[in-house]
Amino acid sequence: MQRIGVFVCHCGTNIAATVDVKAVAEALSHEPGVVVSQDYQYMCSESGQELVKNAIKEHGLTGVVICSCSPRMHENTFRKAAASAGLNPYLVEIANIREQCSWIHKDIASATDKAIILGKAAVAKVHLNAPLTAGESPVVKRALVIGGGIAGIQTALDIAEAGFDVDIVEKEPTIGGKMAQIDKTFPTLDCAACILTPKMVEASQNEHITIHSFSEVSDVKGFVGNFTVTIKKKARYVDETKCTGCGLCTEKCPMKKVPNEFNMGLDNRTAVYIPFAQAVPKVATIDPNYCMMLKNGKCGVCSKVCSVGAIDYKQTDKFIEQKYGAIVVATGFNPIKLDKYDEFAYSCCPDVVTSLELERLMNAAGPNGGTLLRPSDKTHPHTIVFVQCVGSRCDDEKGKPYCSKICCMYTAKHAMLIREKYPDTEVYVFYIDVRTPGKNFDEFYRRAVEQYNVHYIKGMVGKVTPKADGKIDVQASDLLANEQLHINADMVVLAAAIEPDKTARPLATMLTTQMDTNDFFTEAHPKLRPVESATAGIFLSGACQGPKDIPETVAQASAAAAKAIGLLCKNSITCNPCVAHSDELMCNGCSACEKVCPYGAITYQDKEFRMPDRSTAIRRVASVNPAVCQGCGACTVACPSGAMDLNGFSNSQIMAEVDAICK
Amino acid sequence: MQEAMIKRAKELLADGTVNRVMGWKKGEFAYDTTPAVFETAEEIDREFVYNDFTQANQSKYLIKESRKEGKILALLKPCDTYSFNQLVKEHRIIRENVYVIGIPGGPKIDIEKIKAKGITGITNVKNEDFTLKIETIYGVETMPFYEAISVKCESCKSKKHVVYDELIGEDGDVLDSNRFDMVEKLENMTAQERYDFWRGELSRCIRCNACRNVCPACTCENCVFDNPKSGIDQKAAADSFEENMFHIIRAFHVAGRCTDCGECSRVCPQNIPLHLLNRKFIKDINCLYGEYQAGADTTSKAPLTDYRTDDCEPSVVHERGAE
Repeated sequence: MQRIGVFVCHCGTNIAATVDVKAVAEALSHEPGVVVSQDYQYMCSESGQELVKNAIKEHGLTGVVICSCSPRMHENTFRKAAASAGLNPYLVEIANIREQCSWIHKDIASATDKAIILGKAAVAKVHLNAPLTAGESPVVKRALVIGGGIAGIQTALDIAEAGFDVDIVEKEPTIGGKMAQIDKTFPTLDCAACILTPKMVEASQNEHITIHSFSEVSDVKGFVGNFTVTIKKKARYVDETKCTGCGLCTEKCPMKKVPNEFNMGLDNRTAVYIPFAQAVPKVATIDPNYCMMLKNGKCGVCSKVCSVGAIDYKQTDKFIEQKYGAIVVATGFNPIKLDKYDEFAYSCCPDVVTSLELERLMNAAGPNGGTLLRPSDKTHPHTIVFVQCVGSRCDDEKGKPYCSKICCMYTAKHAMLIREKYPDTEVYVFYIDVRTPGKNFDEFYRRAVEQYNVHYIKGMVGKVTPKADGKIDVQASDLLANEQLHINADMVVLAAAIEPDKTARPLATMLTTQMDTNDFFTEAHPKLRPVESATAGIFLSGACQGPKDIPETVAQASAAAAKAIGLLCKNSITCNPCVAHSDELMCNGCSACEKVCPYGAITYQDKEFRMPDRSTAIRRVASVNPAVCQGCGACTVACPSGAMDLNGFSNSQIMAEVDAICK
Repeated sequence: MQEAMIKRAKELLADGTVNRVMGWKKGEFAYDTTPAVFETAEEIDREFVYNDFTQANQSKYLIKESRKEGKILALLKPCDTYSFNQLVKEHRIIRENVYVIGIPGGPKIDIEKIKAKGITGITNVKNEDFTLKIETIYGVETMPFYEAISVKCESCKSKKHVVYDELIGEDGDVLDSNRFDMVEKLENMTAQERYDFWRGELSRCIRCNACRNVCPACTCENCVFDNPKSGIDQKAAADSFEENMFHIIRAFHVAGRCTDCGECSRVCPQNIPLHLLNRKFIKDINCLYGEYQAGADTTSKAPLTDYRTDDCEPSVVHERGAE
């Protein structure tokens, strides 16, 4: 005979304001098997848990139903409480009457009815609960960092510092990411390369860090503590182990008309290239889209000049498989494409540039050697107009609904740097708001306005029109002066919105992590677990989680590292005992479950069975490896005969819940 | 054709390639044929039949037959080869124990369509140049062949044998069939019209289980409808809607595995067009996940048990499902 206790939580007024908790406790007390039904203000508090524990002992409970918040919140709390009172923790069921009831309803009567129904379903389920024992699984003491920008580098360095091996997978030929392309950093105006490149070198020299550059994650299997990742090392047609990075091949390569990505296509590179002087690893890469040898077999200059014989035209993509305990995502961001913004003439006028292009135009290693010249005629610009929020805070489909966060500050930086270096150049900034929260940020912006006389104009630019004389007409409104302006500019700089890297979406699918509608990774809790994804063992670092500047990115990178280290420190983690198992007498051996299992936990074997007609038969049946199974339940719904079942969420338990709800 | 089959079957029996032959045997009436296993040449000579009425899909019988001693000869029509392949894919038929001869398929004749013309007392039916000479105890009647073609053959999807060890006759092609026309009609109905249509059809169901028992996709060791633990076993229908759930659950269970062989509707004594339920699933799968024909091969991944990053989002399915 079941002896079930029901405990209804008020959650202060979170539940009690919309749900008549006393009525819920009263109604559930009449359910079959319920011997005690109580309500309490905060069930998760020390005294609330005591209430549950005492009832378990006093009434000899065989099952507990807690009507409270989401099981994600406190299921563990109550399982522990039950265990300490001598009840198997898996005999506790949570009825979520907060997130799924009180928070979403306004009418007390209907919310109370619904809470009672949810409680009844939980009671019906707990009748069929079985005691379960959790096992343990070992943790692989190695971390994977996906993305080798400043976020990934910092995370990797911190994890390596703690003594764990860590691999960085970077899709470009070098680590460094966007920060390597930036000229100066706000609010200190120190050189980005000067603070980034030592970290890149540190990462490459750290004995615990392995860098897989020009590589991508192609497959992820497994689960927290035990991921198996396939890394695709793209063919770079250069033997990394032999190349010394001398650069002779890049000098001799006859194919010199390849748009240089590192300089945002503002100048050209050769078909065999090293992205920039401080690249890590400093190894050449051959671009197969342009290399004459790879395209039509005619050239081979680089292989002739290479003194160490590193060029290998026959190289193919290689796949390596590695096991990891933790994975950190640091896939970063990109500025959005501006080809839809005809009003700013970006596509048709070379002197309309994005902010990141301006970074390269002003950088000493950029196309002009650090002298700011107009891309069109290489003359010195005397009037520059900055346009803020191009694609940010945007209602229509062209742009993004969010604030890209970094643009106000980098534009102030650009304006200041230009005024400092070229005092004869007038700088206008058109803005919606200037947003400068952050340490020393507002002071920085005010310096731009007050000390450097940058013209900040509240208002949006309506139209940018290139003129025949090479000037650019910028038509804008000044909202504070309430007037229309025409500025005769030499250059226009667009603060393009930033968006997550395009590789993030397929990666999220592989990792089974969640993303928001803008393709930023979703954190496990927006306030309390900001660097963990909702998928155990997957952590988030940098702009892949939301727009961030460098200090914030580095802070989050270290935080993600700390979380990963916390996991890697453990020798084993407790497994979820809610795993699948197959009823061999019912199993058809059809392989449907094996095909849908994302963890590879199901195998088949031929077994001898005594059949109902007393004959023996060899049948192919499924068996589940409980150490690998994560209890997702995919197999139980794929199984046509119902042979697969899930501990803690059995088919009969779910049917009992449905029946209780529909009664 | 029948002679060619008999000749080859006897040869294969004689040379020991197979020790049994799966075919059709004559029943009480000329139009009454049943799948049967023959073990000797004499049995074959005496009972083997292949004619316009041998419609039954033999694949399902091969699950058990392929697990017996020795090898069995299976004579498979194009549509049967799809079911056969699907069962091989699901590890239900042991391919090595079956010798498959691909034989030409339909169009086959449905005796019910002849009877529906008011013709009774039928003793024999002969196909003479696409005119049926129907001999009855009252005399000879005629009707055009095409008017008697069975429902499953009316919208034949393929004349191609997707698996065989040898062929008798020639192999054909996958056809551009009209099999989704009726599904489309149903889709274009309002929810109420569709509900009324299916209530009208399914309310005739007598739960004889013929559809399930003949279905080559329904091969579970223990069917959920026979399993007391499933919660849906053979219980009396509590209300008029519950009787329909049998068919809806069954359609879900065979979704992605149904080859559209049409056996369910063929055997239904109440003439419920059950194949339309399965075709709706097939049409949706084709539309949402790309063209897929269950049983066309034994290696491809079925859309519903495969996961690809470019799979459509569940919201797409939801939107399509909404009115």
